[in-house]
Amino acid sequence: MLKNIRLVFVLLVICGLAYPLLLTGVSQVIMPAKAEGSLLENKAGEKIGSRLIGQSFSDPGYFHGRVSSINYDAAGSGTPNYSPSNKEMIERTKSDMAKFLAENPTVKKAEIPADLVTNSGSGLDPNISLQGANIQVPRIAKERGISEERLYDLINTHKEGRSLGLFGEPRINVLEINIALDDM
Amino acid sequence: MDFLQISVVLVLVLVLAIPMANYLTTVYSLETTKQDRIFGPIERIIYKLSGIQTSEMNWKKYAKALLFSNLIMFIISYLIIRFQGVLPGNPSNIANMDPILAFNTAASFLTNTNLQHYSGESGLSYLSQMTVIIFLMFTTPATGLALCIAFFRGVTGQKNIGNFYVDLVRSLTRVLLPLSILIGLILVSQGVPQTFSSTAAVTTVEGAAQNIARGPVAALESIKHLGTNGGGFFGVNSAHPFENPTGFTNILEILCMFLIPAALPLTFGRMAKNKKQGWILFCAMGSLFIVFLSVAYFSELNGNPALEKIGLSQENGSMEGKEVRFGIAQSALFTAVTTAVTTGTVNTMHDTLTPLGGLVPLAQMMLNCVFGGDGVGTVNILMYTIMAVFIAGLMVGRTPEFLGKKIEAREMKLIAIAILLHPLIILGPSAIALATEMGTSGISNSGFHGISQVVYEFTSSAANNGSGFEGLGDNTPFWNISTGLVMLFGRYFSMIAMIAVAGSLLTKKRVPETIGTLKTDNSTFLVILLATVLIIGALTFFPVLALGPVAEWLTIR
Repeated sequence: MLKNIRLVFVLLVICGLAYPLLLTGVSQVIMPAKAEGSLLENKAGEKIGSRLIGQSFSDPGYFHGRVSSINYDAAGSGTPNYSPSNKEMIERTKSDMAKFLAENPTVKKAEIPADLVTNSGSGLDPNISLQGANIQVPRIAKERGISEERLYDLINTHKEGRSLGLFGEPRINVLEINIALDDM
Repeated sequence: MDFLQISVVLVLVLVLAIPMANYLTTVYSLETTKQDRIFGPIERIIYKLSGIQTSEMNWKKYAKALLFSNLIMFIISYLIIRFQGVLPGNPSNIANMDPILAFNTAASFLTNTNLQHYSGESGLSYLSQMTVIIFLMFTTPATGLALCIAFFRGVTGQKNIGNFYVDLVRSLTRVLLPLSILIGLILVSQGVPQTFSSTAAVTTVEGAAQNIARGPVAALESIKHLGTNGGGFFGVNSAHPFENPTGFTNILEILCMFLIPAALPLTFGRMAKNKKQGWILFCAMGSLFIVFLSVAYFSELNGNPALEKIGLSQENGSMEGKEVRFGIAQSALFTAVTTAVTTGTVNTMHDTLTPLGGLVPLAQMMLNCVFGGDGVGTVNILMYTIMAVFIAGLMVGRTPEFLGKKIEAREMKLIAIAILLHPLIILGPSAIALATEMGTSGISNSGFHGISQVVYEFTSSAANNGSGFEGLGDNTPFWNISTGLVMLFGRYFSMIAMIAVAGSLLTKKRVPETIGTLKTDNSTFLVILLATVLIIGALTFFPVLALGPVAEWLTIR
């Protein structure tokens, strides 16, 4: 029994302390920005978010992200876990679709991309689909008085492709494109 | 594009499994190998510090060493999370965990299940994440691998069953630790945090305050998948952008969790000196997997009919509960893999899957032998193999033999109990939960889906998977105690039964192969094996699947 206790403590020190400390040390030296959570700063040097974590945008002059039941509170993470047959989910989707149509009067109901009115898995999804970005262009152009062409160009330059050209889906990082919008 | 990205991942699994199988065969060799020169010195230090003898064990000693070392791990882990509030390594001031939840958490991580009734961001200190979660994430797959190898040695008639401590330590020093360091660094390069700084406070572009939880995530993330553990650093697991930031990390995590379970049947073939036998096992599990993966993919791609009815386009599939960067292909693939190899990590919320898409994870965990977790999964398919040999032997009227060893009453009793225990500890507690207020009060999605939520929770516990239909309000004494017990039964009972089978087979004389011997390494046997798995699985679980996902599918179709 005693040797079991000794073994468990030895392994605990190796796997539970030495290993994470070693990995932290190496990561902090060779890629500190990523190891700290890919935080973004504005020109004044204040932290304004993480590249990887979505933020809530409600101003009509910004690109809007996906539905988040936790309102992008990154101290936690989560979704309401609605089943496909859940009535509350269907009601929420209906009301979000109506809201989207009211904010974007040029859009027809059947054109709404599904990712914009569904809750992401994490509640912190930093991305929307390309369709999801393109469809918001007329609203943002009108609100900011910028031509639609310039906005479509902006989307094109901010388009993130699939990893290695193959894995995952093409997408737009909402926070980054909105920062670029403010710089225009 | 979807087919291409899925096929490339599957081909990569196959390509990586072969060298890994060779490597594992050498790791657990009872002879001295070249590897000993590299890893031997470190291992000898560990043996010396712990005062361990490395001589061979009989099966009873092996089982005792496994159980006692695991018991100590349980006690230490429980104490750390129970008193994490006053221990160091707690910059975010997390409170002590309450006793019942601490029991559930310790049982969950000890059994390689990683069912989480707490949320990582607010429930565990950094010290607990490291010395309990990461620590157990290493030692439990190492325990599973040790068991598996001991079972292989018994079935293939090696000179002895080996030494538990040697197998445990070698799994860590030669397999899990080096790979975890490598994968961890690749993950950080993709944006997974690895820091001891506390939550980052930022002011968003629109001027709101946002607190961003972070921590030593990459260290946990790599071993979470390599060890088929599955417990997330954050509440939403690998759907969280910090745990799984890109399409590349997604396939890396898939490959990590698939690597060892895919290699082990081939390792078995090498140890049995019959590579074909290993491939037959691989193909049996592989063909089941392809079928399940296809169902999940097409079901999610077709979208949610209930949303189609209210006029929302479903041309990009069912996106509720999924992340844009993964889309349907990477989400369906991840879902099928995580429940096949019983990791339990999720990149999409399983509760939100379409009815048939949600049936796939449930069914794979019910069968519990579609590759399965590190070590234990291969042992499960071998249990079914011996069962198939027995049934086929009865049909042709001969004493059943597997790899030249007679399968007799003692082995069959142990195997039959181990196979039947799995449905018993799923369906029994599910029935109790559905019949009582304690159980039904946790259901968040009413109707047929509510039945699926309850059954999923116990299936995931029994299969030591750990994913959940997470809408279930499961942090109550009823759920914490019941699932805690189911996880412990699901893990240890079959482990001990299998070591006993291995010990009993090892002592038997090899019978020479004759013309009447049932061949177990050809395609005919592959069909018999698949039929055995499906008949036992279908007969036990079909009624409850009909009441849950199938009924839901029929109502919203």
